[in-house]
Amino acid sequence: MEHFPILSIITFLPLIGVFFILMIKGENADQRAKHVALFTTVFTFIVSLILWFTFDKTTADFQFVEKAAWLGDNINYHMGVDGISILFVMLTTFIMPIVILTGWISVKSRVKEYLIAFLILETLMIGVFCALDLVLFYLFFEGGLIPMFLIIGVWGGKNRVYASYKLFLYTLLGSVLMLLAMMYMYFQAGTTDIPTLMAYDFAIDAQTWLFLAFFASFAVKVPMWPVHTWLPDAHVQAPTAGSVILAGVLLKMGGYGFLRFSLPMFPVASVDLAWLIYTLSVIAIIYTSLVALMQDDMKKMIAYSSVAHMGFVTLGIFAFNVQGIEGAIMVMLAHGLVASALFLCVGVIYDRLHTREIDRYGGLVNIMPRYALVFMFFTMAAVGLPGTGNFVGELLVLIGLFKVNIWAAFFAATGLVLGAAYMLWLYRKVVFGELVKPDLKAMLDLSKREILIFAPLIFFTIWMGVYPSTFMDFMHVSVENLVTNHQAALSAVAETMAP
Amino acid sequence: MYQIIVFAPFLAAIIAGLFGRQLGDRGAQIITCGALVISAILSWVALFQIGFGGTVEHVTIMTWVSSGDLNFNWGFKIDTLTAVMLVVVNTVSCLVHIYSIGYMSHDPHKARFMAYLSLFTFAMLMLVTADNFVQMFFGWEGVGLASYLLIGFWYKKPSACAAAIKAFLVNRVGDFGFALGIFAIYMVTGSVEFDVVFAKIPELQGQTIHFLWMDLDLITTICILLFIGAMGKSAQLGLHTWLPDAMEGPTPVSALIHAATMVTAGVFMVARTSPIFEYSPDALAFVTFIGASTAIFAATIGTTQNDIKRVIAYSTCSQLGYMFFALGISAYGAAIFHLFTHAFFKALLFLGSGSVIHAMSNEQDMRKMGGLRKKIPWTFAMMVIGTLALTGFPFLAGYYSKDMIIEAAFASDSSMAGYAFFMGVFAALLTSFYSWRLIFMTFFGESRSPKSVQDHVHESGNWMMAPLYVLALGALLAGFIFKDYFIGQNYEDFWGSALFLKDAANNVMEAAHYVPGWVIASPFIVMVLGFLIAVYAYIIRPDMPARFAGTFRYLYALSYNKWYIDEIYDYLLVNPAKKLGVFLWKKGDENIIDRFGPDGAAASVMSLARKFRGLQSGYIYHYAFAMLMGIAAFVTWFVFISGGGAS
Repeated sequence: MEHFPILSIITFLPLIGVFFILMIKGENADQRAKHVALFTTVFTFIVSLILWFTFDKTTADFQFVEKAAWLGDNINYHMGVDGISILFVMLTTFIMPIVILTGWISVKSRVKEYLIAFLILETLMIGVFCALDLVLFYLFFEGGLIPMFLIIGVWGGKNRVYASYKLFLYTLLGSVLMLLAMMYMYFQAGTTDIPTLMAYDFAIDAQTWLFLAFFASFAVKVPMWPVHTWLPDAHVQAPTAGSVILAGVLLKMGGYGFLRFSLPMFPVASVDLAWLIYTLSVIAIIYTSLVALMQDDMKKMIAYSSVAHMGFVTLGIFAFNVQGIEGAIMVMLAHGLVASALFLCVGVIYDRLHTREIDRYGGLVNIMPRYALVFMFFTMAAVGLPGTGNFVGELLVLIGLFKVNIWAAFFAATGLVLGAAYMLWLYRKVVFGELVKPDLKAMLDLSKREILIFAPLIFFTIWMGVYPSTFMDFMHVSVENLVTNHQAALSAVAETMAP
Repeated sequence: MYQIIVFAPFLAAIIAGLFGRQLGDRGAQIITCGALVISAILSWVALFQIGFGGTVEHVTIMTWVSSGDLNFNWGFKIDTLTAVMLVVVNTVSCLVHIYSIGYMSHDPHKARFMAYLSLFTFAMLMLVTADNFVQMFFGWEGVGLASYLLIGFWYKKPSACAAAIKAFLVNRVGDFGFALGIFAIYMVTGSVEFDVVFAKIPELQGQTIHFLWMDLDLITTICILLFIGAMGKSAQLGLHTWLPDAMEGPTPVSALIHAATMVTAGVFMVARTSPIFEYSPDALAFVTFIGASTAIFAATIGTTQNDIKRVIAYSTCSQLGYMFFALGISAYGAAIFHLFTHAFFKALLFLGSGSVIHAMSNEQDMRKMGGLRKKIPWTFAMMVIGTLALTGFPFLAGYYSKDMIIEAAFASDSSMAGYAFFMGVFAALLTSFYSWRLIFMTFFGESRSPKSVQDHVHESGNWMMAPLYVLALGALLAGFIFKDYFIGQNYEDFWGSALFLKDAANNVMEAAHYVPGWVIASPFIVMVLGFLIAVYAYIIRPDMPARFAGTFRYLYALSYNKWYIDEIYDYLLVNPAKKLGVFLWKKGDENIIDRFGPDGAAASVMSLARKFRGLQSGYIYHYAFAMLMGIAAFVTWFVFISGGGAS
């Protein structure tokens, strides 16, 4: 297809920023580098708006497709987006300027390298959502680990080395299995082209193993219980910007992977193993909510709450109906904004007092009323108050899930109560009460920069909650297509099984 | 017009909340009160158009969610039921807004307070105007949020923060049921819009749903789930524990949210979904049972509490019980009528007690009051009117609505009706007793407060008294004026299709007109009896309550400690949840998953990490480099394979 290679441009634009940052020398280099990084990410976002406005919402086909010979005869450089992946591309380009602004003041060492790591990460994340070839996908998917590993390992807190190894080990386990599965698929189907593989019928026995292999990788990324323990450590040790990108985009790769690979390529195994997903997700929601209730570290609490929210995502995807899957996507998008914002909220006070311990705070509303308002807003968004994107997502997930499995929906819905418990408790401990601790008295309310960071997040969280059609119109056709194909594949198998 | 009614308070809340500092306190008060006055006037216009004009209005604003076959809008359905609620909500809210100007005059956060009040009003209006279940849920949770913010308004008090969280969480438990009910409704009807759902319900009779290891009747299950939501919001037995604690909020809040409007949302919801409940006699019996039990349960607690606001709070809980058992016996009109009259006299009692508290320099303990009737005579008069209306003194508001409920309970042939009747009569006795006890402890006898407080006792200003007069007028006249429409001969013209009766010919409120004379007399008799006991115990023999409490020590302790429900919940639910949380975290995550997972797998990462901690963290680069090499090797391998020709 001969047209403007818009996806490649968006994907690799951040690397041009990297190039310029490398060129910067001399006085004030750090400050100039920050401006370059901010400009790059904002510009990337603006370019990605072209996708947003020219995307054809009436077709489930991949759009803006680019295909070029790459490795050998069978492996192509193949890019494209459909109604699902475009939303994640937009989420990434939208979050990135916020991420760059987050570390504007607090990062003081190796600033240039820090910015470069984030820009490279942006390229890799966008690549993951655009790649339509297994090898290309794998490169982006695993490559993203390297900058994240560095961000935690170099700019993290006291225990950063432990946290980054934990992240590395978990991901390694998953990726090795996924790699083996990919090789097998290549031998079987003779291609690594994702759209082709989506239509390919793998033998039913093979499907189970392939599903499990991919599951290993995606479950770690989501993360699902019990492979979630890397996340609290990673979040706690990561700098604020790292937490934001981790919660905002990286966790969504797992859910995206299930939608792009597991459901279309291994439909029978997906249905056969849905009980496993339900069980693990429900455990995740209840287990991590209870654990979150008892945390004394703010970031750890929000990290555990992320695991619980991601439980809704996996439940929705494996409800195999339109509401469930659209709800899962909405939860991912909304959680991308809200969890990011919550980590930013923690970051705001961490920057001022340099501790994440809940007990060190209290009574902040007395001196930081604007902060109290913002934090309240995102607390309520996190507990899924109607009018926020999270509510729309969770409602759709549960309503879709209820149709197929009442028990799972029942237990998942208890998360509504537990989630409210720990979030309100956190808010009360930090914000409400008398301001007695002397070191808090000098804390300043939100700066202009911080308000600028939060404003778009608030705006879109409400937009998603009040008029979600703006976002859901993109996904309708693709999701319906996914569901139809999935059912067709199942009934085809059912026919061959029953002669 | 309906858009203005609903969104005027919202705009006022946004303006007062975000720009309160620029506007100043007076500006915020003018904007919010002004918006509410407009909404209140238009609400009465709406009631006359809809209720007395016999129409139903539908307004669609825009799409909310569309996903597959699930579609619903932001929209209004205005029938008589909604119009009545609009009047109740906006009238009381408007008066409370004005009252707050006086009551909060010493508070540094006036703009914030007014903004919260208006926000609450908006959410409540969204709840009552909803044309689908999800929008109702939006309002439902929205009033929960506003309630949380207002209970915790004085955020420096730990008890207020705790009460706020408790209110939100207990309501969430109810919402959990409500949400499941909505899911079930969508599953079986394919819609969440009222009109579509109600039309399909009759076809579902007799169907079952498999859940909790058994086949349950479908409609009954849906009703019970919805009712769990109503129980949370309306503080019914089991989920009532948050309401008394909610009295930590400023008194205008207690009057508006925790007496007149929000807590009646559950009653409204059951009335709204009467086309579903009518098809499940079991669910209705359950509603009757819970309602009647709550009526008596809360009344027993009310007799021993010493905090003036808590007494009224338990009274509210008890009156809500009346409304529910009226719903349960299909006397929907009577339930809504009681909701309507109760809003006036209970708001009056709360605002009156606010005036008392104001006069007593924020003292709420009745044991430290006494003898106030001469010092604040107007407040005293208003409180007496409220009490008379509440206890059902003839021709006042409560007389028509409460007696109707009790008579209907007698006339009904529902399986729980007999229980409801006796509990209702007995609760009426206790109501009369604790209401007069409140009046006597507060306004009669010798003053028991310190002199410094006594010197400051003064009648409240006009901002506070004017709303009291308006409400008193309502408490005096609302029953008499509206009885023919709500429960009398104009019943059918007035309600139209808003309240559904499966067996319209067999209207229980029709039958209630033909009950025996002793039934009609019984509420009056017990009211007088309760009054006399209170007079004896608190005026003639003031030492009697203490002796009584001494003799029946356990009974007294049971009532005084609210039947130990909070303690039981702490023991059974809260503490185990906390312990489980610590257990899962320490044992589950750290001892099991991490030890056998990542830590164990890599031959103990901990020791690795220790080893590396001594080195420069620059060492990380080596690992990053190693990973990069790995990926390069993988790509090379693929090139080799594809070059070697697997295909």
